Amino acid sequence: MPEPVASQQNSRETVTFYLLGFIFLIVLPLLNVMPSEDSWLHVSDFRLNQFGKFLAFAVLALGLDLIWGYCGVLSLGQGVFFGFGAYCMGMYLSLQIGKESVYGSELPDFMVWTQVKELPLFWYPFKSFIGGFFGAMLVPMLFAAIFGFLAFRSRIKGVYFAIITQALAFAAWLVFNRNETRLGGTNGLTDFKQLLGFRLSDPSTQRGLYILTVLALASSYMLCRWIVASRAGKVLIAIRDSESRVTFSGYTPWMYKLFVFVVAAGLAGLSGMLYVPQVGIITPAQIGVLPSLEVVIWVAVGGRGTLIGAILGAVAVNYGRSVLTNYFPEAWPFILGGLFVVVVTMFPDGLVGMIRKLSERKKTHTPLIKAEGSTAA
Amino acid sequence: MISLARTPKKLLALVPFVFLSLGMGLQPALAVDEPEQTDSATRPSGDPIEQALIDLKGEDAAARNKAAEVLIEKGDASLIPRLDEIREMGGRAVRQAVKPVVDVLKNRANLASDSPDSRRSAASDLASTGRKEAIPYLKQAAEKEQVWWVRYTMEESRHFLELNSGDPAVQLEAVKKLGELRSLNSVTALKELVEAAQQADATDQQKILAAAAEAAIDRIESWSSWASAIETLFRGISLSSILLIMSLGLAIVFGLMGVINMAHGELMMIGAYATFITQQAFIAWLSPDVFDWYFPVALPVAFLSAALFGWVLEATVIRFLYGRLLETLLATWGVSLILMQAARVYFGDLTAVIAPGALRGGAQVMVGVYLPYNRIFIIVLSIICVMGIYFLLFRSNLGIRVRSVTQNRNMSACLGIPTRKVDSYTFAFASGLAGIAGWALTMVGNVDPGLGQNYIVDAFMVVVTGGVGKLAGTIWASLGIGGLNKLIEPVSGAVYGKVFVLVGVILFLQWRPQGLFAAKGRSADA
Repeated sequence: MPEPVASQQNSRETVTFYLLGFIFLIVLPLLNVMPSEDSWLHVSDFRLNQFGKFLAFAVLALGLDLIWGYCGVLSLGQGVFFGFGAYCMGMYLSLQIGKESVYGSELPDFMVWTQVKELPLFWYPFKSFIGGFFGAMLVPMLFAAIFGFLAFRSRIKGVYFAIITQALAFAAWLVFNRNETRLGGTNGLTDFKQLLGFRLSDPSTQRGLYILTVLALASSYMLCRWIVASRAGKVLIAIRDSESRVTFSGYTPWMYKLFVFVVAAGLAGLSGMLYVPQVGIITPAQIGVLPSLEVVIWVAVGGRGTLIGAILGAVAVNYGRSVLTNYFPEAWPFILGGLFVVVVTMFPDGLVGMIRKLSERKKTHTPLIKAEGSTAA
Repeated sequence: MISLARTPKKLLALVPFVFLSLGMGLQPALAVDEPEQTDSATRPSGDPIEQALIDLKGEDAAARNKAAEVLIEKGDASLIPRLDEIREMGGRAVRQAVKPVVDVLKNRANLASDSPDSRRSAASDLASTGRKEAIPYLKQAAEKEQVWWVRYTMEESRHFLELNSGDPAVQLEAVKKLGELRSLNSVTALKELVEAAQQADATDQQKILAAAAEAAIDRIESWSSWASAIETLFRGISLSSILLIMSLGLAIVFGLMGVINMAHGELMMIGAYATFITQQAFIAWLSPDVFDWYFPVALPVAFLSAALFGWVLEATVIRFLYGRLLETLLATWGVSLILMQAARVYFGDLTAVIAPGALRGGAQVMVGVYLPYNRIFIIVLSIICVMGIYFLLFRSNLGIRVRSVTQNRNMSACLGIPTRKVDSYTFAFASGLAGIAGWALTMVGNVDPGLGQNYIVDAFMVVVTGGVGKLAGTIWASLGIGGLNKLIEPVSGAVYGKVFVLVGVILFLQWRPQGLFAAKGRSADA
C-alpha cells in the first residue's frame, strides 16, 4: 500500500504540477508557433495535436486514479463513460457538418446510407453546443449513478465489481457496434468539419483545442486534489485500506464510492469530449474491454494513488505507443502485456513510486532498514 | 409437364431443401455407385438413350429438353460419366440442360446408398430438382427404407414433388400428407398454393387445395414452434456446457486462491492450438487411416500443455501477487494479451480443426429437431468433467486439502498442509481443464487467437453469479446464463442477449450479493 501522503511529497507534487503546466501550456505551443519549420526545436502541428490527445487521455486517467488509486475500486468500464462523452460531442459535431456532408444532406452521412429518413429523437438535444457540452458530462455521470447505485448498494466489490464493469464495457461495445442504435455502427462518427464556427482542419483551431485541453486537465487535477484533501477524501482512502472498519466507524462506504464513481465518470466524459474534435473520429473500438483496461495500465505505470502519476502515466504510455507502433506495429500488444505484468509484479507504485524511493534513498544513510521498518508497520 | 425454366418463386420454395442437403454436410458425388462401364457400351445403336445423348448435345432447344426428359425417365447412374463429359464439352445451354439430368440420376442412385445420411440428402436433393419423374423412385425407396428419419425425408420429398403433379386428387392428398408429416420444408410451397387461390381467376379446385394447404400449414407451424423450443433448449444447454467447463477451472482457482485468472481464455486457446498441432502432426506423419485418432490423442496433449503453462504462470507471476486480487487480475490480463498476440503472429488468424468422422453430422431425434453430434459431445464432456471434479474435490486426498485451504488458509498451514503446493497443483489442474475446454471447442468453431475472448466475459459472469468455490453454484449459474443467452437470442439477437444477461446478473446480485451459494459464517467476509 502507498504510504500516507506527507506534506513534503505534497509540495513536491505541486512543483511537478506547475512544471508540467509550464511545459504543456506555454513551452509546447510556443515551440509550435515560434521556431522555423526546420529547426529541431520546432514542434509540428501533428505532434501538438498528438499531445492534445494524450492530455485528454490524462483526464480519463485522473478519473480512474481517483476511484482505483484512492478508493480501491477497480473499474474496468471507464472506456464506456469516455465513449458516452465522446459520442455526445461527436453527435453535436456530426450535426454541425450540415450541407457539407458527402451526400449534401442535413443528416449525418451514415444515416443517409443506412436509410434513416428523419433525425432520431435522441439526437435533437445535440443540435446545440450546450446540448453536446452538458450531454458529454451528464450522460456518463447519470449512467454511472444508476449503475454505481445498483452495484455499490448491494456491496459488489473488489474483483466482483471489476468483472461486472468489464462485462459492461463488453456489452456497450456490442451495442455501439450495431447499426440500429443510430450511432454509426462500426464506423462510428467522423468527418467533422467545424466547432462553433471554427474549422477543425485549421491548425489554429487545433492549437486552441490543445490549450483548452491543458486547461481542462489542470482544473480536473485541482478538483481531484481538492476531493482527495477533503474529509471525504480521507474516508475514500480509509475505504481502500479497510472497508469493514469504515463501516464499523459509522460511515456508509457505498455512498462515498458512488460519489467518486460518478465524478470519475464525469471526468471520463470530459476526456471523451476533448478527444473527439482533436482526433476527428470516434468508433466503438475506443470503448471496448481493451481500451478500458489500457486506462488502468496508464495509471499503474504512472503510479496509482498519486494524481500526478496518472497524468505522467497516460502521457508516457501513449507517447511510447505512438513511437513504437511506428517501428514495430506487431510488437505493441506484447509490450502492453509485458507492462501489465512487470509493473504489477515489480513496480506496484509506478514511476512516481520509483522516483520517491530513489530520492528517499539519497537522503537517509541507512535506507534499507528504514524501508523494511516502514513496510512492516 | 414442368418446363425447365422455373419461376424464381418456385425456386424460393426449394431453398429449404437446398439448405437441408447442405446442412447434412455430405458430398453426394462421393457416394455414387461405381458405374458399370460395359453397360452403355453394349447398347444397340437404335436405343432411345443413345439418341437422347446425341440430341442433348445438339443445337435445338426443344430436342434438348425432350432428350433430358427421356434420359431422366429411362437413364440410370451408369450414364453419369458420359453426361459429365457432355457437360464439360458443351456450351452454356447444353450445360443447363445436362445439369438436372445428372442431378436426378445421381441422387436416384444414391437413394440406395449404404450411408443413411447420403440416402437422406439424396432424397432431399431430389425434391429440390423439382422433377416429378423422381416420385416413383422415392416411393419405392421409402418402402424399403429401415431408418425412420430417412424414410421421413423420402416421403416428404415425394409429396413435395406431387404438389406439382397437376393431378388435383394427387395434389390434395400430397397437401394432407405434408401436413401429417409436419414438413417444415414445404411451408413456402404450401403458402404459394394458398396465394394462388386468392387470385381472381382461381378455380374451385385451387380453392379446395388452398383450404387443405391452410390446415396443413397450421399443423406444421404449431409443431414447428414446439420443435424450435426444443432446439433452443438444446442450444442453451450446449452453450451452458461450454461455459461450465470454462468456469469450473476459474471458480476453483478463485475459491482457493482468490485469483481471477484473466488468462483462462488463453489457456483454453492453448488447448485448442494443441489439438490443431496434433492434427497437423497426424496429417504429416501418419497414414490417413488413423487420422480420426488424432482427436482422442489430442485430449492429453491439450490438457498437459495447458496445465504446464498454467503451472509456469503460477510459479512466475501469480505466486508474487497473493493477497493482491486486483493485481492478479491485471497481471494475468497482461499475460493473456501476450499469448493472444503470440498466437496471432505464429498461427495467423484462422486455423480450422477437422472434426473426426464420429462427431460429424447429427441425430434426428424428432421431426424438425436435429441435434448435431458435436454439441451432444460437449454436453456429455461437461457432465464427465463435473463428475471428475466432484470425485477429485470430495473423494480424494488432494481434494480434501484443496477444500481445507479454501476454507481457511492459515489454519490449514498450521495443520501441516503444504498450501503453496496445493495452490500450484490446483492452478495447474484448473489450467488443464481450460485446455480440455479448448480441445472440445475445436469441434464447434474455428481455432483463432480470439477464441478465449468469446466466452471469457460470460464465464466470469458465471463465477460471479455462482458464488465462490461452490460446484453447485457454478453449475446452476452456467445453466442460467447459457440458457438465458440462447433464450433471448431468437427474440432480440445475440447482442441484446448479452446486454440482458448483464442486466440480469446485476439485478440478481441485488438480491444475492454473494452469489447463488454464498459462503456462510466468518469466511463470508474474507
